[in-house]
Amino acid sequence: MITVLSNGAPNLVQDTGRRGHLGFGVSRSGAMDALALAIGNALVRNQPTDAAIEISLFPFRVRFQEDLDFAVTGADCAVRLEDTELAPWWGRTARAGQTLVIERPKRGARAYLCLGGGVDVAPVMGSRSTDLKGAFGGFEGRGLRRGDVLKVNARAPRPVRAAGLGVVPADLPSFWDELSSGLVTVRAIPGPEYPHFTDEAKKAFATTDYEVTPDANRVGYRLSGTSLPLSSPLELLSHGIVPGTVQVPPSGQPIIQLAEANTCGGYPKIATVMEADIWKLGQAPIGCRIRFALTDVDEAVETLRTRAAEISKVRQTLALMSQRG
Amino acid sequence: MLFDPGTGVFDAAMQTRLHAMAKRIEAALCANDATEVVLGVNNVMLIFNPLELHPDEASALLLRLWDTTDAVAIAEKTIEIPVIYGGAAGEDLNALATGAGLSVDEYVRRHSEATYFVACIGSMPGFAYMTGLPSELAVPRRRVPRMKVDEGTVIVGGAQAGVMPCTAPSGWHLLGKTTERLFDPLKSPPCLFEPGNQVRFIVKGVEA
Repeated sequence: MITVLSNGAPNLVQDTGRRGHLGFGVSRSGAMDALALAIGNALVRNQPTDAAIEISLFPFRVRFQEDLDFAVTGADCAVRLEDTELAPWWGRTARAGQTLVIERPKRGARAYLCLGGGVDVAPVMGSRSTDLKGAFGGFEGRGLRRGDVLKVNARAPRPVRAAGLGVVPADLPSFWDELSSGLVTVRAIPGPEYPHFTDEAKKAFATTDYEVTPDANRVGYRLSGTSLPLSSPLELLSHGIVPGTVQVPPSGQPIIQLAEANTCGGYPKIATVMEADIWKLGQAPIGCRIRFALTDVDEAVETLRTRAAEISKVRQTLALMSQRG
Repeated sequence: MLFDPGTGVFDAAMQTRLHAMAKRIEAALCANDATEVVLGVNNVMLIFNPLELHPDEASALLLRLWDTTDAVAIAEKTIEIPVIYGGAAGEDLNALATGAGLSVDEYVRRHSEATYFVACIGSMPGFAYMTGLPSELAVPRRRVPRMKVDEGTVIVGGAQAGVMPCTAPSGWHLLGKTTERLFDPLKSPPCLFEPGNQVRFIVKGVEA
């Protein structure tokens, strides 16, 4: 068990998301930064689908009520277990009674606290993720508050090394440079209505920056930049949309759908951010500028394959180290 | 991957055929939990793992199933939704009536006398996209969506009608409210509506 010591409505129990219920209008949910969750779960030798805490309000403090393996990944935050500073993307074992503090990020927007065994909340519709729209799943369908006690699935700690260990994914250093510069590039595939936008709009979309406005949450981000007009008005029948879909409402300012993407929408879609780059958007704070680089399905699938292989290799390496003790 | 045979104007026979096709896709790919089928309005979306099924193969599968699916009628159940029109929950009612060149009472009469048809569920938990809105009541969605519309609000957008199953953002226009509960995650099925249902709005009152 752990006890939450800080209030934070946007701090949520999340896993890899809820699959198979889009037909009921239930969004996928799940971690906004899927890469951070995957590596965090690997560091504590959890299943990839185990639930963790997604933190976007800082500082975040918890007290361990038992000895537990943990890892903190995601945003670049100062992390302290009692008086010990931890490097980013690091896992180790906490002792009962110790307090963990995750400070406001120097770069990025969301940190992930993964716990050995996974957060033990009842799955709803096949997932432990919090669905904020429907207010179900996760911990009582809501964000965490001071005093909440979260159970962790029973499992004895199995530290690899007393000082713990960390993993740095291949794309992380260059991504943190991007965050420092305030401009994050994501690759996107032209959407079904792409041909209906004016030439100026197509050019602006691929070559100018779009700023994340304060209307940004787990459902999606509203962006602000050069307006993206259609050649002629287009009123579409409602259709399925996914995390990564970039819609353009009549205002001409794009909206990116994210983890809690609406399952259906009606606005024209200029592009879809490829799945393997969506984690970067989960770390883009308000005010961050986004640049879209157009790509195709082949590159999107190949990048996804490379990413899956990288995560798989991390899991294998950690399993091997664990066996050797 | 979006399969979108529509022409921009709702076609009920096409929707019936797509509903039948969606069931067949689910049957064909049900062993794979990375696969999801989302019925839209005159379209259907397939979500799949591109590392297991190449996008070209998925596309070929959809076309093959479409060519061999007939429009099999869906059992029709009628659900009645009591509505109090206007008031704070229906703050767009006056403007919509004016825009349609109708009195408020006439607008309410036409909205409540029509029979609606649940084309699909989506956008938020338990939200039914309903066709059957009289054409003179059709209205483009708002230029800028509202960030918060309350659960139970009865709304129209484009040529479609709906009811908010939870409090959420929406770009549709607000007509009134109902106290019916449309979604419960612990029930099976969790949604009051399902594709193929007929829906009628019953006037319980009209507020200024």
